[in-house]
Amino acid sequence: MGNNRIIEIVVGIFVALGIASLFMLAMKVSNLSSLGADEGYEIQARFDNIGGLKVMSPVSVGGVRIGRVVAIDFDQQTYEAVVRMIIDPDYDRLPKDTSASIFTAGLLGEQYVSLEPGADESYLRAGDKLLLTQSSLVMEQIIGQFLFGKAEGSGE
Amino acid sequence: MLGWLQSLGRIGLDFFERLGRGHLFVMRVLAGVPSVLLHPSLIVAQIYSVGVLSLVIIVVSGLNVGMVLGLQMYNTLVDFGAETTLGPVVALSLVRELGPVVAGLLFAGRAGSALTAEIGLMKATEQLSGMEMMAVDPIKRIVAPRFIAGLFSMPLLAAMFSAVGILGGYFVGVGLLGIDDGAFWSQMQAKVDLHEDVLNGVIKSIVFGVVITWIAVFEGYDAVPTTEGVSRATTNTVVYASLAVLGLDFVLTALMFGS
Repeated sequence: MGNNRIIEIVVGIFVALGIASLFMLAMKVSNLSSLGADEGYEIQARFDNIGGLKVMSPVSVGGVRIGRVVAIDFDQQTYEAVVRMIIDPDYDRLPKDTSASIFTAGLLGEQYVSLEPGADESYLRAGDKLLLTQSSLVMEQIIGQFLFGKAEGSGE
Repeated sequence: MLGWLQSLGRIGLDFFERLGRGHLFVMRVLAGVPSVLLHPSLIVAQIYSVGVLSLVIIVVSGLNVGMVLGLQMYNTLVDFGAETTLGPVVALSLVRELGPVVAGLLFAGRAGSALTAEIGLMKATEQLSGMEMMAVDPIKRIVAPRFIAGLFSMPLLAAMFSAVGILGGYFVGVGLLGIDDGAFWSQMQAKVDLHEDVLNGVIKSIVFGVVITWIAVFEGYDAVPTTEGVSRATTNTVVYASLAVLGLDFVLTALMFGS
């Protein structure tokens, strides 16, 4: 009987360790604690060029993550990229004239949407469109402009 | 020519006959599961021999795999100045692939072979027939508790493998190579998704657990009841279960992460 008891205790420890590992994978390794999932309100922005923006990319204000990109489509009428994003319901006081830009985190990092709050009195609601947008900076274009400028400068 | 065709046909028929017997067998095992659940002490004893005794090899291998991943990935990533992405690299490769697969291979070698040898020897020494004489169904008494224990232990072992491997990668990356502690974890949390990555890894390990234990108990129960037959059945378990894990991993990866 004593032997049986020890086996049961050891199995109990084993199961507890397994569940603790699963818990660690859920909480420490993945983003469960900071997820907030699909709740929130959806807003839309149109860009000429979204660069490397992807679904699930972060949406932030002043570097603080407040939402994520949920869909990227291409509008064939205006030839613009339509980016739809979900904003956390806690952040419901963004002015109507908020502008959106696509930035890169670091030199090689992922791209994200940065919102710049405006000064309007009324706030963004679900389904609203951001009117002021700034496209992603494409590295080749910047280098091209830089070289072009250099060439002009040396010609003088 | 005809002889060659005949032998090919026999191989095919044997294969499908065994496959069919395997499926009928697992049906009988599943039918025996409810009555076993009323006697949890049988299952606990089997979880001890299948799961707890596999713990050491799983933890040691997980730690080593994680440390080697950390060391090798660091050498490549540091060239791009992206060494802080070591966290997501180690975590994703462990949680998605290496955890379930390597834990599955080790589980097949450590626990699967033991299950087959045990049941096969019971059959060879006519203990199973003896049980039937006493009106005890050996499938309910012997096979079903081992089956449940196997498919319960495998996801836990795979989760431990991944968790210990990530700690091993953390130890090498942050402890030895000097990556920033906060960047390691925060980048990992930003890249690893609970549903997409962790949950799919757990589903993989459950599937592997079912398949490995199924192959192991079937090979044991179906073994030729001789010394040679049991040894061949044990070998078959390790070979078939490992191939099944690797093959299924490709299929599951294609289904989960393909699109």
